[in-house]
Amino acid sequence: MRKTLQEFSIDILSIVNPEGIEDTKLLPKIPPQELLKAYRWMLLTRRLEEQALRYQRQGRIGTFAPSIGQEAAAIGSALCLTSEDWFLPSFRETGIALTRGLSIKNYFLYIMGFEDSNKELKNTHDLAISIPVGSQCVHVAGIGWGLKLDQKKAAAMVYFGDGATSEGDFHEGLNFCGALNLPCVFFCQNNQWAISTPFKNQTASQTIAQKAIAYGVKGIQVDGNDFFSVYVATQEALNKARKGEGPTLIEAVTFRQSLHTTADDPSVYRTKNLEEEWKKKDPILRFKKFLEKEKLWDSQKEDALEQTLKEEIRKGYEEAENFRNSNPDPLTFFDTVYETMPPYLQWQKECAQKNIAGRNVIKGALEKPRGSGGAAAVGELEEAQD
Amino acid sequence: MEKTQRLTMVEAIHLGLQEEMKRDKNVLILGQDVGVNGGVFRVTKGLQEEFGKDRVVDTPLSESAIVGASIGLALYGKRPVCEIQFSGFIYYGYTQLQSHAAKIRSRTFGAQQVPMVLRSPYGAGIKALEHHSESTEMIYTHIPGLVVVIPSGPRKARALIKSAIRSNDPVIFLEPSSIYRAFREDIPTEEELYPIGKAEIVRSGSQITIVSYGAMLYQTKKVIEKGVREKGWDPEVIDLLTISPMDTETVIESVKKTKRCVIIHEAHRTGGVAAELIARINEFAFLSLEAPVERVTGWDTPVPFYARENAFLPDAISIERAIEKIIQF
Repeated sequence: MRKTLQEFSIDILSIVNPEGIEDTKLLPKIPPQELLKAYRWMLLTRRLEEQALRYQRQGRIGTFAPSIGQEAAAIGSALCLTSEDWFLPSFRETGIALTRGLSIKNYFLYIMGFEDSNKELKNTHDLAISIPVGSQCVHVAGIGWGLKLDQKKAAAMVYFGDGATSEGDFHEGLNFCGALNLPCVFFCQNNQWAISTPFKNQTASQTIAQKAIAYGVKGIQVDGNDFFSVYVATQEALNKARKGEGPTLIEAVTFRQSLHTTADDPSVYRTKNLEEEWKKKDPILRFKKFLEKEKLWDSQKEDALEQTLKEEIRKGYEEAENFRNSNPDPLTFFDTVYETMPPYLQWQKECAQKNIAGRNVIKGALEKPRGSGGAAAVGELEEAQD
Repeated sequence: MEKTQRLTMVEAIHLGLQEEMKRDKNVLILGQDVGVNGGVFRVTKGLQEEFGKDRVVDTPLSESAIVGASIGLALYGKRPVCEIQFSGFIYYGYTQLQSHAAKIRSRTFGAQQVPMVLRSPYGAGIKALEHHSESTEMIYTHIPGLVVVIPSGPRKARALIKSAIRSNDPVIFLEPSSIYRAFREDIPTEEELYPIGKAEIVRSGSQITIVSYGAMLYQTKKVIEKGVREKGWDPEVIDLLTISPMDTETVIESVKKTKRCVIIHEAHRTGGVAAELIARINEFAFLSLEAPVERVTGWDTPVPFYARENAFLPDAISIERAIEKIIQF
C-alpha cells in the first residue's frame, strides 16, 4: 500500500497592494489615530537610519545594520505587542525597539560603541540585540515557557532573518516551542539577502513559512511590505499564543534596500535593477498612498512631520555625542562581569587604571581604526601604501 | 630572495590559497560570502571566478554545517578550507571541532584523519560590533588534536596557510583582522612554506626574551624598536606562530640564555598562552631565571564595545613598562 498520508498548504496574506489599494474584506479596522502613529514610527525609523548612514560615512559613528525597506514588517508587527509581551530582537529591529521605548540617544550610543545604551533594558520585557545569527530563537522557548508556567496572558515574539533559518538554533527553537506548546511567535523578516547570499541559495524550500509544518507549528507567509498584512497575521498569532494555543511562524517577505551593515557593498553581488524594482514596492510609500486615499494624510502634514523627526533625530544624536564627550569611565567593563567582582579581577582593574592614568582612551569614531583592517567593505579600507 | 612582491596579509593569504588550489585540485573553499562577495575581508576575492563554483562555494548561513561538512569532505579525501566569517561565530561549530575533528585520528588509531583548515578573522582593534573582536585561541589550544596557527604578518601568513592546507591534522588558522592591511612585506615569488609547530626568532638578543604573536607582535615590535634605539635594549623576540602544539624548545632555549621573559598577548589573562608558557618555563628553565616572568594580556572581561576597547587591549605603554620592569628587576 502506498497512499497520501497528509497534505499541507501554506497561506499567503496580502491586503494593501503597492498602489495603496486594499482588499476590503481583509482590511482590519484600525482607528485613524493609530494608523497615523504607525506611519510616524515607520518614517522615524527610515529617517533615523538614513541619518545614521550619513553620520557613519562621516566617521562619527561605527558599524550598524540598517533596516531600510523593512519598516512595514517592523512596525506592523511591533504595534501588536503590548508591554506585557516579550520582544527578542536580532540586530536589524530598530523600528520595533523604538516603539518599545528605545531612545534616539541610546540608539546612537550603541553604534558609538557604548554598552551604556543597554542599561535602559532594566525592568522591560525586551532583550538586548542578538548578533550571533538565530541564537535568540532558542531563548524565546525559555521566555515563553516562563509565561506559560505563570499562566500569563502574554506572548513572546522573536525576530530573525532569512539567513537565521539555516541555523540549527532556529529549528531547535521552533521544534521546542511546538513540542511544549509555548506562547511564542517566530517572526522572520525575509529580506532575501544574507549579506551576499540570495534567498534562493539559502534553502531549497520555496518559503520559510513551510518550515513550520515539519514541527507541527502553524506557518504563514505575508507581504512584508504591507503594514496591514503584517498587522493582521501578527495579531492572530499573538492572540493564539496568549490563549495557550501554541506558536506560529510568520514569514514577512520584504527586501533589504540598503546594506547588510555599513561595512558591506551590495554592488558586488546584486544589480541596481533589482534594487529599483523593490523601491517601487517600498512599504512607507505604499502606506502613505493608502493614507492619502483615505484622506488622512497630505503633503502639508508630511512636511510638518519631516521637520519634527529631523529635529528629534538631531537632538538625540547631540545627546549621544554629549555623552561621548563627557569623559565616560573607560573601565566600566570590569564592573559587571560577575555580580560581585572577584579579587583577581579587582587587581586587574587597578592595573588597568594605572595603565591608562592621564590618558583619554575612549575611542572616538573619528579616528581611523588601528591598522585599518577594520571595515569589511573594500571601499572603507585604507590599504597600506608601502 | 630573487624576486619578491610587496603584499598585505589579505593579499598574502589570498596568494597562498590560490597557489594551493592550483597545485591540488582537491583543495576547495567553503563558507558564507566567500564566493561572489570574495569574503567580507576580501581574502577569497576572485577565487570563485578563477576556480569555479564547485571549488569556491557560498554556503547557507550554517556554521555547524560548514565545519561538519568540512570534516566530511576531509574524511572523504578532499582538502577543505572553510571560512567562518568572524571567530565569534565558530561556536556553533564547536561540537564538530571538539568531538569530531580533534578526535578522529586518535579514536581510529590513525586509520582516519581530518585534513581540514578552518580560517577565521579574529581579535580586537577594528571598531567592530559585539562578538567580532574576541581572541579565543585558547579554546582550541586546550583541545588535543587541533592545531592552532596565528600569523603575524603577510610573509608568514602565506607560507603557513600553505603548510596548513598540506597538514594532515585539522588546523584552526586565526587571522588577526587588525593587521590584515596594516603593512606590507616582501614575499618571494617562488613557493615558500613554513613548518607548523615552529616559532621564529625575529630578533636575536641577550638581555630578555619577549614572546608574542599575531597583532600583538606588531605592537610589540614597535615598542622594541624604540627601546633598542633609545634605551639600548637588547631583547630576543620570538614570534610563536603556532599556538598549538607550542614550540617549547625555542622559548626555553632563549629563556635559558637571557634569563628573563615577558609574554604579550591580547587574549584573556586566565588560561592564556602566557599562563601555559610560564608553566613550561617553570618546568624546564626555572633555575635559569633572574626575574619573574611577566605577562601583558587582555583582561579577564568580555571585550568591551569598541568605544572602550583601547582600555582592554595591551598597548605600547603597558608593553614598554612590563619589559622595562623585567629588565630592571
